[in-house]
Amino acid sequence: MTGLGEPLVRKEDPALLSGRGRYADDLPVPNGTLHAHVIRSPHAHAKILRIDATEALALPGVAAVITGEDVRKLTDPFLIALKQPVHQWSLAVERARYVGEAVALVVAESRYVAEDAAELVAIDYEPEEAVIDPIAACGKSAPLLHPACKTNEISVRKFAYGDTTAAFAAADRTVALMVDYPRLSFTPLECYVVLAEYRPHDNSYDVLANFQGPFSTHPVMAKALRVPGAKLRLRIPPDSGGSFGIKLSVFPYIVLTAVAAKVTGRPVKWVEDRAEHLLAASSGPNRITRIEAAVTREGRILGLRLDQLEDYGAFLRAPMPGPLYRMHGAVTGAYDIPNVDVTNRIVLTNKMPASLIRGFGGPQLYLAIERLVQRIAVELGLDHLDVIRRNLIPTEKFPYRTAAGALYDSGDYMRAVATAIADGRLDDLKRRRDAARAAGKPYGIGFAAVVEPGMSNMGYLSTLLTADARARAGPKNGAVSMVTVNIDPLGAVSVTADVTVQGQGHQTVLSQIVADRLGLNPADIEVMLEMDTGKDPWSIAAGTYSCRFSPGTAVAAHVAATRMRDKLAAIAAKQLNILPDDIEFADGQVRSHYNPDNALSFGRIAGTAHWSPAMLPDGMVPGLSETGVWSPPELEPPTSDDRINTSLTYGFIFDMCGAELDPMTYTVRVDRYVSMHDAGILLNPLIADGQIYGAFAQGVAAALYEEFVYDENGSLLSGSFADYLVPTVGEIPKLEILHQQTPSPLTPLGAKGIAEGNCMSTPACIANAVADALGAKDISLPITPLRLHALLAGEEAPVPLGASPPSPSPLAGEGWGGGSRSIGTPVPHSPTPTPDPSPQGGGEQARSA
Amino acid sequence: MKPRRFDYVRPDSTDEAVAVLAEYGDAASVLAGGQSLMAMLNLRVAEPAVLVDISRLMELDYVRVADDKIEVGAAVTQNRLKDWPELAGKLPLVAAALPFVGHFQTRNKGTVCGSIAHADPSSEIPLALATLGGEVVLRSQRGMRVLGAPEFQRGMLTTAREPDELIVAVRFPVQSTQRLAFREVARRHGDFAIIAVAACIEDGHAMRIGVGGMADRPAVLQVAIDGVAAAKDIFVSLARELEGYDDLHASARFRRDLLRQIGPAVVEEALRCAA
Repeated sequence: MTGLGEPLVRKEDPALLSGRGRYADDLPVPNGTLHAHVIRSPHAHAKILRIDATEALALPGVAAVITGEDVRKLTDPFLIALKQPVHQWSLAVERARYVGEAVALVVAESRYVAEDAAELVAIDYEPEEAVIDPIAACGKSAPLLHPACKTNEISVRKFAYGDTTAAFAAADRTVALMVDYPRLSFTPLECYVVLAEYRPHDNSYDVLANFQGPFSTHPVMAKALRVPGAKLRLRIPPDSGGSFGIKLSVFPYIVLTAVAAKVTGRPVKWVEDRAEHLLAASSGPNRITRIEAAVTREGRILGLRLDQLEDYGAFLRAPMPGPLYRMHGAVTGAYDIPNVDVTNRIVLTNKMPASLIRGFGGPQLYLAIERLVQRIAVELGLDHLDVIRRNLIPTEKFPYRTAAGALYDSGDYMRAVATAIADGRLDDLKRRRDAARAAGKPYGIGFAAVVEPGMSNMGYLSTLLTADARARAGPKNGAVSMVTVNIDPLGAVSVTADVTVQGQGHQTVLSQIVADRLGLNPADIEVMLEMDTGKDPWSIAAGTYSCRFSPGTAVAAHVAATRMRDKLAAIAAKQLNILPDDIEFADGQVRSHYNPDNALSFGRIAGTAHWSPAMLPDGMVPGLSETGVWSPPELEPPTSDDRINTSLTYGFIFDMCGAELDPMTYTVRVDRYVSMHDAGILLNPLIADGQIYGAFAQGVAAALYEEFVYDENGSLLSGSFADYLVPTVGEIPKLEILHQQTPSPLTPLGAKGIAEGNCMSTPACIANAVADALGAKDISLPITPLRLHALLAGEEAPVPLGASPPSPSPLAGEGWGGGSRSIGTPVPHSPTPTPDPSPQGGGEQARSA
Repeated sequence: MKPRRFDYVRPDSTDEAVAVLAEYGDAASVLAGGQSLMAMLNLRVAEPAVLVDISRLMELDYVRVADDKIEVGAAVTQNRLKDWPELAGKLPLVAAALPFVGHFQTRNKGTVCGSIAHADPSSEIPLALATLGGEVVLRSQRGMRVLGAPEFQRGMLTTAREPDELIVAVRFPVQSTQRLAFREVARRHGDFAIIAVAACIEDGHAMRIGVGGMADRPAVLQVAIDGVAAAKDIFVSLARELEGYDDLHASARFRRDLLRQIGPAVVEEALRCAA
């Protein structure tokens, strides 16, 4: 009945599904709240010569127009992870660097008035040459985004593990590939919301925002606002309309709205609209990887070289360049490769800044590795699956230390692959392939094997710095999780945690964990996850990101509930006259394990700690509030030779799929998709599967649909949902999920992260299937019909001889409205009579809809 | 994304609606389902001084059979027509095309006449109207006029409607046979078509073919059935004639290839339908 490990339905859903969600924009605002609208740059690169708000300020209801000069006076630039003069404020200062960059903020009585006033703000720009392509941006003659850096390629770090040169010298041959991962996002239904209040009497800010963490960004905001952290109270609403990493990047707007509250002396609310969101909220970084393997004739990979050029757009916002370093320890993926050289390059271009999105560096890395493994098989004439199996880390090597320093806690990759292909699943894929090919249709089978990290080491980003620079800056490592369990005088249990709600079902799982320890029903546990940095325990690692829940927060909940259980056991032991070790918690009772009749109700024991401290065992602290803190020792700082254990747990995914190409429409149809997961112990298999379905859908999106497309001048061409194509349920293929549960030895619950994996594996798996279907080497994502058409269509067929057309001629008069032609017997056709009492109008924009 | 200030009028009758249009002309926009107009208002692409909301005009909320035509009033939503019991029997092409129009939710608001009025070149309802040779009924204080589909839809989002006119209904000719096929290619279900092709057999020996998404409005031609053997050639020259156009999801060349492939398949499918 306690239900840990049970597929309990989500306790969050009844409210969310019946319109009772408490989202940021639904919450009440203080009297006198003003509303803000952001004016954005139409240019990808331009000097801002002048902003004249006179006319706008004269409009009734307008309170203020805030410009870059104002934020420069009132705030400091955001801290970044790199020692480079890349200064970003919450508004463009002097220069706009991407289309959609916030240039000014209009604050007014309503959003309507603010948008009216925005049209009256006169801004003079002097457009400059923009650079969009990351390789062009590295060129010597490229226009500079931040001239003080003297280059757009603001960081180049080279890493060497093992002896890669020797591996390449010893290899039978090498296989190389260029892989280009595109720009895309995973758009939440709910866009950004900020409500900020400034309290002049103590110079503090009180902000409500749908921020998701990591809370390492909180000091960045406080520093920008020039206040100590405690003067920036940040509250996160109880419900969220999704995040997928995106809601981190609300933080510049938190600072901007806070400034507006200070300037106007009134609370200010800003709600991002969809057009703004697609144009300027955030994107995953695009990456160009040159990857090369030294291989034996049998396909064994002896060494690997990666040169990764990652494009972060116009600024390097905290905590960037996370995607380039989050996977660093795991850069050899699921394979046993002792020698690897890595070059990491960071380039800035005139595009919206990149930041967190689900998968966070994994999709970029695995597209390169998994495409390479498929190429190794093709170029050596081997079976793709054989090459995978030949290189997977053998089961007996766990725990396994990778070349770059990750400690893979546990795994049985070979068994996972064997299970996935068993029961006729692979045979069926081959049957489908053979049948399709026999019918003349291109059909391929793809595989992907990936390692899914969980709970990031807060020190991984410092791998970006040299060992000397790290020594000077002081150690950074670890990742703290905190959960508090409270019990009231009647025995009601409530839980708070250092995660933000994004819809994962954390309330349900936390209630299962705590109920399991206390012998209660999960329905009896209230979990409140609205965060308040002014009152809740939190650390710099807090927030919901990088799969930190199952290896981190869940463990802290277990620790807190265990401490609470120990305390209650000690209280009960005294009253029941038995030893604490003989106590069991079950059915809402605290009782003797040997004599269940010797029992007290849970509420009665809990009440003791509130009502009669005198009855407590000697030395016990009264009250029932226990905070569990979890900080695993394995998350060590980078070593002097740059080895880093980037995460605490490492799950495994093996995917395989069949994909067919429709030769008529150039559409890829995923025919059958199997995804095998080993995420350690599943805390709630239903929620785990929900996470897998979601990540899979977004993996399909990345493979086949979603892309931010810019033209050469930096204009965003996919700036609406008509052009930025989010697949709907009808476009998502059926998914078959398999599990195996190899516990993590490093966490008391044995659970690993699970929610990002298919964002990492699915694009690579589908790309491999399409590569197999077409026999193609270069596969660009997303694999759109237009791309495939351009690849495959060849020369346009000439008009056949003899048919030399009486070109289809219109019959009914004008243009292509109604035409007719006969090939063979003419047919009578009378055009529709058009009684026309009034003069014909010319072209007129349609006005009804 | 907030519209400029505008006045809102909800007339109680068609007379009143056309009176408001007569008064404001160009400065007025007609609101029915709002599936295109609301977005245009919010993006400040459309900036009417007056919005005339006809969505609750009961007198325009009808589907009726008049002689050999089906008349659909301007307040009829796409889902209402889709659910009209006689649709499959009388207008099988419209029945085949309506499920491709947006999504269930948008069809609950979007109107049949609104789609005609918006005149998107790749939208399904204007394609069906043009293919069947239907007509548009316009009313103003100056009187009534009826335009054939090609006379009405002039080009990209452009129609022959005068500023003081209200589209009160569209008329689809009752189809004489059930032999037809409709197919469209879109990136996702519910998207505007990259291309769409409709083919209807009119009476034993003629076929009408409509193509959307290739030009600034639907292209329609009539072909003798015994000439349909040359369907491939028809679409080869049609593709050359219409040229297609580039957008983010398809190049003109891709559109031409699609037409050459899908067109003959649709014609064949229509011919395969039992007489």
